[in-house]
Amino acid sequence: MRVNFTVNGRKQEADDVWEGESLLYVLRERMGLPGSKNACEQGECGSCTVRLDGVPVCSCLVAAGQVEGREVVTVEGLADYAKQRAEHGGCASGACGTSLDAAQRWQSKPADSQTGENTELSPIQQAFIDAGAVQCGFCTPGLLVAADELLERNDSPSDADIREALSGNLCRCTGYEKILDAVRLAAARGENRTAGQGA
Amino acid sequence: MAGATRTPTNLTQGGKTDAGIGASTLRPDGTLKVTGEFAYSSDMWHEDMLWGFTLRSTEAHAEIVSIDTSEALATSGVYAVLTYDDLPTDVKNYGLEIQDTPVLAHGKVRHHGEPVALVAADHPETARRAAAKIKIEYRQLPLVTDEASATAEGAPLVHEGRDDHHIGHVPHPNIVHRQPIIRGDADEAAKKADVIVSGEYVFGMQDQAFLGPESGLAVPGEDGGVDLYVATQWLHSDLRQIAPVLGLPEEKVRMTLSGVGGAFGGREDLSMQIHACLLALRTGKPVKIVYNRFESFFGHVHRHPAKLWYEHGATKDGKLTHLKCRIVLDGGAYASASPAVVGNASSLAVGPYVVDDVEIEAIALYSNNPPCGAMRGFGAVQACFAYEAQMDKLAKKLGMDPVEFRQLNAMEQGTIMPTGQPVDSPAPVAELLRRIKAMPLPPEQQWLAAGEGADVRALPGGLSNTTHGEGVVRGVGYAVGIKNVGFSEGFDDYSTARVRMEVLAGEPVATVHTAMAEVGQGGVTVHAQIARTELGVEQVTIHPADTQVGSAGSTSASRQTYMTGGAVKNTCEAVREKVLALGRAKFGTYHPAWATAELLLEGGKVVTDGGEVLADLVDVLEGEAIDLELEFRHRPTEAFDLVTGQGNGHVQYSFAAHRAVVEVDTELGLVKVIELAVAQDVGKALNPLSVVGQIQGGTTQGLGVAVMEEIIVDPKTAKVRNPSFTDYLIPTILDTPSIPVDVLELADEHAPYGLRGIGEAPTLSSTPAVLAAIRNAIGLELNKTPVRPEHLTGT
Repeated sequence: MRVNFTVNGRKQEADDVWEGESLLYVLRERMGLPGSKNACEQGECGSCTVRLDGVPVCSCLVAAGQVEGREVVTVEGLADYAKQRAEHGGCASGACGTSLDAAQRWQSKPADSQTGENTELSPIQQAFIDAGAVQCGFCTPGLLVAADELLERNDSPSDADIREALSGNLCRCTGYEKILDAVRLAAARGENRTAGQGA
Repeated sequence: MAGATRTPTNLTQGGKTDAGIGASTLRPDGTLKVTGEFAYSSDMWHEDMLWGFTLRSTEAHAEIVSIDTSEALATSGVYAVLTYDDLPTDVKNYGLEIQDTPVLAHGKVRHHGEPVALVAADHPETARRAAAKIKIEYRQLPLVTDEASATAEGAPLVHEGRDDHHIGHVPHPNIVHRQPIIRGDADEAAKKADVIVSGEYVFGMQDQAFLGPESGLAVPGEDGGVDLYVATQWLHSDLRQIAPVLGLPEEKVRMTLSGVGGAFGGREDLSMQIHACLLALRTGKPVKIVYNRFESFFGHVHRHPAKLWYEHGATKDGKLTHLKCRIVLDGGAYASASPAVVGNASSLAVGPYVVDDVEIEAIALYSNNPPCGAMRGFGAVQACFAYEAQMDKLAKKLGMDPVEFRQLNAMEQGTIMPTGQPVDSPAPVAELLRRIKAMPLPPEQQWLAAGEGADVRALPGGLSNTTHGEGVVRGVGYAVGIKNVGFSEGFDDYSTARVRMEVLAGEPVATVHTAMAEVGQGGVTVHAQIARTELGVEQVTIHPADTQVGSAGSTSASRQTYMTGGAVKNTCEAVREKVLALGRAKFGTYHPAWATAELLLEGGKVVTDGGEVLADLVDVLEGEAIDLELEFRHRPTEAFDLVTGQGNGHVQYSFAAHRAVVEVDTELGLVKVIELAVAQDVGKALNPLSVVGQIQGGTTQGLGVAVMEEIIVDPKTAKVRNPSFTDYLIPTILDTPSIPVDVLELADEHAPYGLRGIGEAPTLSSTPAVLAAIRNAIGLELNKTPVRPEHLTGT
């Protein structure tokens, strides 16, 4: 079958998709976007977390056909997504997600570097690096998407809020302490307050 | 083979990452990892690649009566189906130490999930469905599942006709290796004991549960060789095992390390490496294999489950008199790292304590259970669980404080180990215990902290809303452990580093090339730091790890910063001498300091130890490149005597201590770990941020095995019952408490920069500390990991 959907702001068309394929497989093997990770393919680890019309989902549990006509944001598009959110005013109340309208307005730019030098990062991506929250890094993409969505809803989460929001994302390397540090750091840097919210 | 590919790239550093050792510099692969661009082994991609799939046995011990692959082969989209009969050479087995593991099962299978056949197809689902069409007829064989069934009269032999180097000293062919450690006279010393405690302890089978599944890409070469991109812990060990099976010389199997999504010991053994190469060479096409989580549980070895019998005595003033213990490790169907696990378990069975009279025995079984091998802290982890439970029992019986009792018996520099080996570097066991005890305790009843009724997220049971504080009691427990660092028992343990220094775009640049497997620990960060410190440059490029450079040894045994870090330091020092010689030749006549002063490389310049600048590196190196590849070894070790266990078997020891604070819902048997404080001596923290990350991660794996992690093998069928993250639980962020870390830096003069290997020690004492805290809360003995609700409620 053919699937048409938008990934990181770009219209995409996938041909010859077998009906049983997951969104994760289509992203990784057909779209050239391997950033979403395949740690369990059972919906238990969160490594494949993407935003589907703004909602964080395990892309391994979403059938490719379900995304027809919809908007997907992956870790590869996170920096641009956060930037555009900031430019468009972000979330006012601390309690809202991304509207479909906002998601559809948004467009990603392609990464320009193989080594990652001079890459523009979202605040949560930078905070993960700075806080030492990345070790093997396999859980990182999913955690970044989940943490970014948390900060979009709640720009000053308590530790209990962070733990609850990230409880669907397994990490085997860090013991989570530095992941908590990273989210606290991103919140403290006030990324969402730069979005014209005052605060 | 030409065509578009996705494969690993160089790592370069700039910006905030420019600092030498001792600084918390940031990972050179950090940006790639947060943008999703880092090329993990499961991300490898090649035009026209095929997908491989492994058909695994559904039985644990069975004769293969017949295999019919015809229907699978006839499936549209299938390019190859391989069984044992298709193996190209006489070498059909592999193994880390004993080559007892069939590449594909021949005649019989010895454990549930053993590889039997391979399929290559144009889509992973096509390969899976074709594999399901392979018809295998099994005839069940009697099972070996524990020590009793392994050594019973007439027990079936897991491996018939053993001719490995352990068979001569084991009491039964179903025992892989046996290591006694005898020192002093334990029976005589026991007479001096005022109290004697004993116990039987059971340690469950733990899975490494690294998140990046076993995976890789094999690309056939025009020369008949193969390029293999894979996630592993030791490229050259893989190579040594792969090439003979393929019938290729090692230089025709070109391996490159792809991104490794965690390892923890589970990638020491081969998984899909040979299989992907066989399919690629058969089909002439690139072949990618990626396990899913279900298959991953069968695709790597696990931590040895163990039964441990311990007897200690002590005088009434609290001095240990003797230790007698017996440790039985279940190695499962194939040897893997079992002999080394036995060596560690026996030689470290006493823990970080002074006991002069010991009688220790450790064995590993062959059985039809899943193969067990390396996992973080192996051998030492199981022993620590038992001896720390014993310490608490002794302290209780003597009416002593458990920390003071441990401090009274703690080893220190100069202590003689039960192996007769003196501890010749700092062993601050008592001090680590003092530090964790001195840390402030977390406040009571934190679930009320918010002031609006109970926050169930802070309670046992969490969001299941099982209690608002009723029936919840707190406990505090302590534990300390000892782990060896590096490969022991006479192994020729070395690492290689190639360092190139040249001027590029007007800047002095160093390139570090090793075969070290970066598995997340941060070795690439540390290598760049070392090169900066030793060569005085800012720009350091880390070349992808591959087999075009000499072996770096394994990323295991807490050894890589010591060993490959040591190799990078060693090679940099040699490069520096060449740079200085070049400088003397070019500029020596202009300044007498070239000949007389101690010279350093700093800030891109040659300077005297007094800080006077003699030359720019750019000028010294202009038109020249210095390129050296050197090996580095730690001091030699000896094998343990097979009768007495005596011998200077270890390189270095590593120590950590934990304090656990838990809250237990006594009605439901639910445990919440509130805090897990750690103190660890690291010798020298080359990168403090990474050091703390390692300690917290190791601690959490110990927490997992304390309260939730266990591969459950049905004792009647030897089949794995929980191969998924739905049923095999690892700690989530809700299960993991705050982990305050106190890092001590007491230099080991034998090691590069005085550093101490750190990765494993925190995994040891974490588990017994949590168990001690639970015992402290509810007063039960609890001699098994993991603790389950029914153990706490007696239901």
